[in-house]
Amino acid sequence: MKSRTDSRKFKAISRRELLKLTPVVALGAFAIPQLQKPLLKGGLAFSDWASARLFRSGHLAPTFADADLTSFEKFPINDYDTDDPGVDFDKWTLTVTGSVQKPGDYTLAQIQAASPKVTQNTRHVCVEGWDVIGNFGGVRLSDFLKMVGADPTARLVTVECADDYYESLDMATAMHPQSLLCYEMYGQPLTREHGAPLRLSIPTKIGYKQAKYVTDLKVSHVLEKVGYWEDQGYSEFYGL
Amino acid sequence: MATRTMAIEDVKTGEVTQAVYEHPFVVRLCHWVNAVSLFVMVGSGFQIFRAFPSFGAKIPQKDLLDWPKALALGGWLGGALQWHLTFMWIYIATGLVYIGYQLFSGNYKQVLFVRRDVPGVWPIVRHYFLLGHKPQTKETYNPLQKHAYTSAIGLGVLSVLTGLAIWKPVQFSWLAWMMGGFHLARLWHFLIMWAMLAFVFGHLVMVVLHGWNNFVSMLTGWKEDPEYDSE
Repeated sequence: MKSRTDSRKFKAISRRELLKLTPVVALGAFAIPQLQKPLLKGGLAFSDWASARLFRSGHLAPTFADADLTSFEKFPINDYDTDDPGVDFDKWTLTVTGSVQKPGDYTLAQIQAASPKVTQNTRHVCVEGWDVIGNFGGVRLSDFLKMVGADPTARLVTVECADDYYESLDMATAMHPQSLLCYEMYGQPLTREHGAPLRLSIPTKIGYKQAKYVTDLKVSHVLEKVGYWEDQGYSEFYGL
Repeated sequence: MATRTMAIEDVKTGEVTQAVYEHPFVVRLCHWVNAVSLFVMVGSGFQIFRAFPSFGAKIPQKDLLDWPKALALGGWLGGALQWHLTFMWIYIATGLVYIGYQLFSGNYKQVLFVRRDVPGVWPIVRHYFLLGHKPQTKETYNPLQKHAYTSAIGLGVLSVLTGLAIWKPVQFSWLAWMMGGFHLARLWHFLIMWAMLAFVFGHLVMVVLHGWNNFVSMLTGWKEDPEYDSE
């Protein structure tokens, strides 16, 4: 196609074409402090929404041979506060509340009776970017929820911890066959640094969702508290 | 290529020059949106990397690189992840719109490096690095340009795939497996970013070398006085 014009008209054409690009300027909204926070929050919320859609209940996280395990000594210890909140093991119980038929205080022995022990070698991925393969033993969270008569239509399981940490899990993840109420690592009872006497081991979630020193568990329909790190600005769903 | 050309008569001197419509609107829009999102992805990526500036498992391990905070975006890991997880959608959407448009419109022929472009690469390289004469071309992009742009698009696709493999190593475990595992996927993601930065560097050098008219063409679509023969 060949056409002819004069330089004045060409300038007008060029200007019109340039103005078509003004939508790009909309990205500048991210540079405005008042808008930046809500925009990034929205972006993160969209990522969480998409993550929840990507989660498949029947899809298992990769499991590994014993030879692939990171040695127990080299399994990193990450806390937000303390390595040892000083839990008194003799008095410890898990307090179960919310939409369950049998609320109350459960001892470790009662929890262990919820189902045969499950052990698995799974990858523990930290939000920082590192990961290790560990051996975790415990009862399926889904079995425990069944035992306490959790409302299957509830949306969330939230936990509180002896170190004042708190976390929440969507029900689909809580019911995943690899989600454990973990009381053993590497065939030994949990050590204090790793969250004794009970922690979450959720191979389909990022590390910070796998709370240690769990003392309270609540089944609920409404999200009241998301999680400690989520409240600092991390992703709410963070499924792997 | 049937490109739109225009003869422009200067209103004062009566001199006639040629202009060629090189870059369709969608391509220009995607180019600039992508320039912004790539900047954000790299900046926030560096901040994310700062949280564990190493590769592999976390066995007491030396940091490989102390990347300066001033060259990172987001302030801290959580902030950087917000930028990264927000702009990745813009980055992916732009890529899909761009590739979709190129395929649908047939405009991809302008950019796509194909077998018959291979012999033309070396003469252009010789021109830039050994100061040989510049080979004439009848196309918008010379073979070296096509090679660079096609590679950049390929790197863009790979950056998304490696990113997905480390963001969702369970749901996309097959992706991580294809990349040689979770650790290597993270390393690929990092190396692909450097390859992309190398492209951006070369691209910017070329933009400076080729002057104002060439730069303006990515804004208005029209390139005045193209150096190639558009007849």
